[in-house]
Amino acid sequence: MKLLTHNMLSSNIKGVTNGFPLKIEAEKIIERPVEINPVFLKNMFAKLEWKPLVEASRTMGFSELPEDVPDMSVLDSDEFLQKFHHALLEIHLEEGALVCPETGRKFPVQKGIPNMMLHEDEV
Amino acid sequence: MKLKQLEGLLGSLEQFSHPKIELEQYPTGHHIASRMLFSAENSFGDIGDKVVADFGCGCGTLGLAAALLGAEHVIGVDIDVESLAVASANAEDLEVDMEFVQCDVRNFGWRGQIIDTVVMNPPFGTRRKGADMDFLSVALKVASQAVYSLHKTSTRDYVKRTVLRDYNASSAEVICELRYDVPKLYKFHKKKEVDIAVDLWRFVPK
Ligand SMILES: C[S@@+](CC[C@H](N)C(=O)[O-])C[C@H]1O[C@@H](n2cnc3c(N)ncnc32)[C@H](O)[C@@H]1O
Repeated sequence: MKLLTHNMLSSNIKGVTNGFPLKIEAEKIIERPVEINPVFLKNMFAKLEWKPLVEASRTMGFSELPEDVPDMSVLDSDEFLQKFHHALLEIHLEEGALVCPETGRKFPVQKGIPNMMLHEDEV
Repeated sequence: MKLKQLEGLLGSLEQFSHPKIELEQYPTGHHIASRMLFSAENSFGDIGDKVVADFGCGCGTLGLAAALLGAEHVIGVDIDVESLAVASANAEDLEVDMEFVQCDVRNFGWRGQIIDTVVMNPPFGTRRKGADMDFLSVALKVASQAVYSLHKTSTRDYVKRTVLRDYNASSAEVICELRYDVPKLYKFHKKKEVDIAVDLWRFVPK
């Protein structure tokens, strides 16, 4: 699971009002290089929640993103785009869990696939 | 990528080895799948550089086609983890990137406007009535740009009326009518069900 996917997944348990962002528990992390697409990154920048991305990437061992939402102008910097690209699309959570921020319910992640299935009493 | 090349690659994919009847697991043939994604990209520009979700992705055919046509980020969602394992192996064979989430589409939890396009071949609802419409309802909430989906031609009027009135669609258009040969996977399939008329739809959310 890439952090772009993490940035849009939310816990949908009945009664939970704010299931985002899911906390990451990382057991195994892998990195896979992919080609950078600056146009895509610029487009995504506007749609992302920045703090959850920073926090998630730090949990995954990458702490080079600026803490506060950077100004749009950083998108002109190749160095920034590289880091942003790496955090968003190259770091994968392979084994671990996603934890609902409200209930603490754990959704396991195995072989890179989060299991977001709800139990009967959670629907 | 040329249509023929896409069709060839999709034809090489592994499909359900033990299809689960209650989940309506039959693959979209490579002929239909390649044309569906090819027109989404070449007639509408809904795939290249986009974030695409494949609902009920099964062994991944539609999502992988999107990835082959240049989607930047593809997420396959299916309730069945065995199919997801096959899909993941298919992605590796094709050397493309695809993400997977195991989830009942009806309970899919997401935030924001990140997903541009949803592509899907939902269960037609022959096993659980309304399954196709449940998928559509969620897809039209999740997608910000377009939803591509296959539905039985016999439901055309109903689909159109429902999505425009209840599901947040601003337009609903049948791109083409297809013959879908649902392979005779199950003993209970009567002969007439083997080859059915299916519409390829493009919906635009409000
Ligand atoms: C008709 S098959 C299509 C498979 C694949 N998309 C393709 O085109 O070859 C329908 C798929 O939906 C999945 N499915 C059925 N009900 C589901 C649900 N409620 N949530 C998520 N997936 C579901 C099945 O496991 C199956 O893979």
